[in-house]
Amino acid sequence: MLKVLTLPILAALDWPGIPLRPEPGSTIAEGVDKLHFFLTGITFIFTVTIFSTILYFAIKYRRREGNLKPAATKTIMWLEITWTVIPSAICALIFVWSSSLYFENSRAPNASMEIFVVGKQWMWHLQHPEGPREINELHVPLGVPVKLTMTSEDVIHDFYVPAFRIKKDVLPGRYTSIWFQATQTGKFHFFCAQYCGMEHAGMIGWVYVMTPGDYEVWLAGGAKGESMTQAGARLFTQYGCDTCHKPDETGKGPSLDGIFGKPQKLKDGRTLNVDETFIRQAITNPNSMPLENYAPVMPTFQGQLNEEQILDLMAYVKSLGALERKAK
Amino acid sequence: MSEVTSQHPHNLQHHFADMEQQNDSGIFGMWVFLVTEIMFFGAIFAAYAIYRSMYLPAFEFGSRLLDVKLGTVNTAVLIGSSLTMVLAVHAAQTGKRKALVFFLLLTMALGAVFLGIKSYEYYTKWEHSLVPGLRFAPTEALPSGVTVPNLEMFFCFYFFMTALHALHMIIGFGIMTVLVIMSWRGRFSPEYYAPIEVSGLYWHFVDIIWIFLFPLLYLIGGRYTT
Amino acid sequence: MSTAAVAPPRDSRVNYLNANYGFRSWLLTTDHKRIALLYLMSITVMFFIGGAAATLMRLHLITPGGTLVQPATYNKLFTVHGIVMVFFFMIPSIPAVLGNFLVPLMIGAKDLAFPKINLLSWYIYIVGAGFTLYAILAGGVDTGWTFYTPYSSTYANTQVIAAALGVFITGFSSILTGLNFIVTIHKMRAPGLTWFRMPLFLWAMYATSVIMVLGTPVIAITIVLVAFERLLHVGIFDPKLGGDPILFQHLFWFYSHPAVYIMVLPGMGVVSEVIAAFSRKRIFGYSMVAFSSLAIAVISFLVWGHHMFVTGQSIYAGLIFSVLSFLVAIPSAIKVFNWTATLYKGSISYQAPMLYALGFIGLFTMGGLTGLFLASLATDVHLNGTYFIVAHFHYIMVGGTVMAYMAGIHFWWPKITGRLYPDGWARFAALLIFVGFNLTFFPQFMLGYLGMPRRYATYPAEFQVLNVMSSAGASILGIAYLIPLVYLIWSMRYGKIAGPNPWNATGLEWKTASPPITENFEETPVVTEEAYDYVHMPPMPSSAALAGEGDANV
Repeated sequence: MLKVLTLPILAALDWPGIPLRPEPGSTIAEGVDKLHFFLTGITFIFTVTIFSTILYFAIKYRRREGNLKPAATKTIMWLEITWTVIPSAICALIFVWSSSLYFENSRAPNASMEIFVVGKQWMWHLQHPEGPREINELHVPLGVPVKLTMTSEDVIHDFYVPAFRIKKDVLPGRYTSIWFQATQTGKFHFFCAQYCGMEHAGMIGWVYVMTPGDYEVWLAGGAKGESMTQAGARLFTQYGCDTCHKPDETGKGPSLDGIFGKPQKLKDGRTLNVDETFIRQAITNPNSMPLENYAPVMPTFQGQLNEEQILDLMAYVKSLGALERKAK
Repeated sequence: MSEVTSQHPHNLQHHFADMEQQNDSGIFGMWVFLVTEIMFFGAIFAAYAIYRSMYLPAFEFGSRLLDVKLGTVNTAVLIGSSLTMVLAVHAAQTGKRKALVFFLLLTMALGAVFLGIKSYEYYTKWEHSLVPGLRFAPTEALPSGVTVPNLEMFFCFYFFMTALHALHMIIGFGIMTVLVIMSWRGRFSPEYYAPIEVSGLYWHFVDIIWIFLFPLLYLIGGRYTT
Repeated sequence: MSTAAVAPPRDSRVNYLNANYGFRSWLLTTDHKRIALLYLMSITVMFFIGGAAATLMRLHLITPGGTLVQPATYNKLFTVHGIVMVFFFMIPSIPAVLGNFLVPLMIGAKDLAFPKINLLSWYIYIVGAGFTLYAILAGGVDTGWTFYTPYSSTYANTQVIAAALGVFITGFSSILTGLNFIVTIHKMRAPGLTWFRMPLFLWAMYATSVIMVLGTPVIAITIVLVAFERLLHVGIFDPKLGGDPILFQHLFWFYSHPAVYIMVLPGMGVVSEVIAAFSRKRIFGYSMVAFSSLAIAVISFLVWGHHMFVTGQSIYAGLIFSVLSFLVAIPSAIKVFNWTATLYKGSISYQAPMLYALGFIGLFTMGGLTGLFLASLATDVHLNGTYFIVAHFHYIMVGGTVMAYMAGIHFWWPKITGRLYPDGWARFAALLIFVGFNLTFFPQFMLGYLGMPRRYATYPAEFQVLNVMSSAGASILGIAYLIPLVYLIWSMRYGKIAGPNPWNATGLEWKTASPPITENFEETPVVTEEAYDYVHMPPMPSSAALAGEGDANV
């Protein structure tokens, strides 16, 4: 009910001339705004109440001839309890509302289109699986859930799109992800929001939301380059991965057909799921995770492959995921 | 509150009401300080625990590269020095000046033995190129699951934790030196030996840190399983 | 009435200020009151250094293109501003100046438990400040006061080690001060002064000291690890060598969150004293306020993860930190309500200390409530790393703690110096500070929600109007802070003689001379009443009486 009441306030907020919020550009924006302005309302109410009570008391009970020595204070326990319980209840309400919204906002829908983001001092590389690579720009279609899988080449960065109300740190050595579904066409700022050195303020760009038709045109018209899967296949041969990872299991390493998304047993007894993190670690630090049934002879490629190349290889391995594994 | 005697005790510092308050404050103050030390070491222990859980094979292997015999000797030496410290406190309590000086010197000697053995251990690590950042190139065959960077991480913690501990021992050494001089000059008596007691608390604490360090670094490397 | 400033006759009695003269008597003093003044001078210098950095920053941000300084310099400015203000001004301010001066007086003791350690803690502060000033002069440091890895440990090429060592060393000053207060309050209270007869300022000092003592060692070791990593090129926090940069954040915030309560709890203690004195009433809900201080100290250690909601930590960890962060807001709310209720049926005067204290309540309420936006997971995602955060913490630290510090300085100035300051100027400065402060920081809440990230040397043009407003406010604020510097120094020679208790306030510190003798009390006091026994005190003198005859400002 309270949430409904905030709607007219939200409408007033878009009064041009005095922007109070970024354009609501994604499916989650309105929800976050409602909570934010509810909190603003609470802040306003309590602040005004306290301020005006203080002002009222300060004037009414000011020091004057008839009022030089007040009577002693008595403790009023029910008052103490009331003003402990009510704020606690309000906080509990906010916590429940906010947490459920956060849960909802964190779950990328299954059919999300994936885009890969690599942040490095001081620019963003954004890779579409179909091939186009963008620098400091991200073209996406309207109305389609998009999942960004992100990593950093160097220090901690943060990918922030105010209009979509999304933000996530971008970490070296691992992947983080966020998702959004744009609800308006247009262009929207994105910023790096974790201080990363000299040109931190320059590590910014634009998200271009296009109608699905325009997006297809843009995708096709982009520089004819390899898709990520093709680039990955090329790297797979170029760096000699195929000498050990043969599909017929005759190599020193396991076949990678059908491996993505399945559990894999390690020599130390743990079982891990073959996800992005697993593959990245296998490429950069294979000796830290020797597999059961295989000799730990895989060399490390840390320093030889940059994060984008690792993502290309990952795309390739994922594409093998649909294939069936041939038994050894 | 005890009465102030007509003869103002000359060990009573001017801001305290009486000796009881002074002694109580000193001991309580040392306990509060030891709590800060627990937090200090606690943070590094926590980091060690986290990295150990991430890189278990490397940390176990690194642990096996440490010299358990020397570590055990050091543990015995340090426990012995705590015993001599307690005996020093007792000597002070019973007014035995020569015994007090003797036990303090013995504590210092045992502490010196500890530091000497530790230095020797550091020296052997240098010889084996196991000093992170300065000279790290392990020649041992690494078991599966162990990488050089992860092993270096173990040795970072080994050196950092034991060096921090050794630094605290050296500070303790300095405190003991002052106490020896003061004891020799007869500054302590059954009525006034709080500095000995308070320093004893510090020394025991440094010992206890080692009691945690020794198993965590030396003993949990899977050394005693097949 | 003479218009020329005539110095009132000096008080001929011996007090702690004139007991002996010369540099050595100050630099080798063990008198807690003199040490408090040594701290006062040092932190004032550091405040103006941090303030100069802020002034340059706000001037630079008037234009979106930012041409006043290079980006690299801007990054060094906000880092220096943060490090100097947090570690060298905010954390020591009330504890090291007012706490050192007042704790022994308020408990009826002759000094703190360990006077030499007290002097040592000031020297440690100076050495730490020295390292930091060296870092600034030798090229600056640009990691942000938060020193996030791997930028600070591997990639930055500025004076990180010097700055880290400066912070590390100064941490021990904090630890020793806290240790001293804890032992003093436990062991040296005057006869009759039970825990629940203590003024709330002592409860606040005690709670603050608990945090100082438990939290500071953790950041000390963490910052040493960063220095270690830089020096030896090892990989404790570097992912390329197996390290975990998020571990740094956990260790860092484990201290730095409780640290913000080190900064605000003493301010709350001051506010309790001032509200009581200037409404002539016992603080409403005394025990609730006392327990709230302890509750804040304890819960503050459990919420650090709310600085890390967007680092990719698990949703479940986020939930736990979120609920605990809401919990920590409740004791602060309780205090605000209790202070407000204290005014009810009081007899309220508006000298400068009271104006600052009332300002604290309002601004702290706003700052604290904006904390709810950040404890709330769904909104924190949008607001983290933006100017909303900057506005939130400045409301609490500047609108809160600095105002409380000013309240305390003005309230106890007569006790410290034996002189009254000119209240007219003081009130003017207080109002100017209030106005300048709000103009500086309120627009930043709006900037934050609109999406302007923090630590940006340049920004998109649509954010300019709010930035200009903020910079205008900052210039007013900067000038406003200079005014007290002038009249307080003036008052030391020309101010009206204060007498032992110019405010007719309760508390043992007011039962001795102003300035006190070196031993504080001629005889150890014995306490028989509850705190804030204003019912049995004469009323607050009128403004006219405080200004006194022969004063041109009446």
